Amino acid sequence: MRVSVQEAPFDLGGESDAFAAGHVDMGAIVTFTGIVRDLPDDPMQAMEIEHYPGMTEAALSDIATQAMTRFSLGDALVIHRYGRLVPGELIMMVATAARHRKDAFEGAEFLMDYLKSRAPFWKREISAKGAEWVAAKDEDEAALNRW
Amino acid sequence: MDVLYFAWVRERIGLPREKVETNAATVADLVAELSAREDRYAVAFSDLSALRVAVDQELTDFDAPLAGVREVAFFPPMTGG
Repeated sequence: MRVSVQEAPFDLGGESDAFAAGHVDMGAIVTFTGIVRDLPDDPMQAMEIEHYPGMTEAALSDIATQAMTRFSLGDALVIHRYGRLVPGELIMMVATAARHRKDAFEGAEFLMDYLKSRAPFWKREISAKGAEWVAAKDEDEAALNRW
Repeated sequence: MDVLYFAWVRERIGLPREKVETNAATVADLVAELSAREDRYAVAFSDLSALRVAVDQELTDFDAPLAGVREVAFFPPMTGG
């Protein structure tokens, strides 16, 4: 299991290959990647991501550990960036390895649902109109109830 | 103890962290103490339902006790992913 909170870009292909390598007893690997999405009506110049150093790493490790146990994962990876990003850049990725695909998919969804509203990151969208903090969505909080 | 502010809470209060000497028994008591200090705190803490709190880097509630605590952080609901 590995958790990385970083400002630098990550190599999706390299990370995915490295994660997939060396698992002889895991039949399924799922990866999810989050990308900075432009705003159709108000072109975004940048997205700034703030986080809480120390707590972020601890919260992500805790969430990943829970996913490992709950879905019998053989391995899990979480990479999340902070700082200033532009549309099209990769923000984050998760990867899960399990014996069977159902656990790998569900483990990845669990990781995403929890890190969206339980890991201390805050996004701000910057456009010609100014800068605005992204509001948390009720549906993101509600998504936790399924687990 | 160290008190930290993130995102728009940091912007409204105007600083990312500060040392606070307090005898507040709970997070809610600390909020009341800070809000009584200056308007910018009162404004930032005006709607606690829009805020989250972490004590020693663990999410908790506003009725959490502060005895022995080193660090309290206030911030809006998180938007990771």
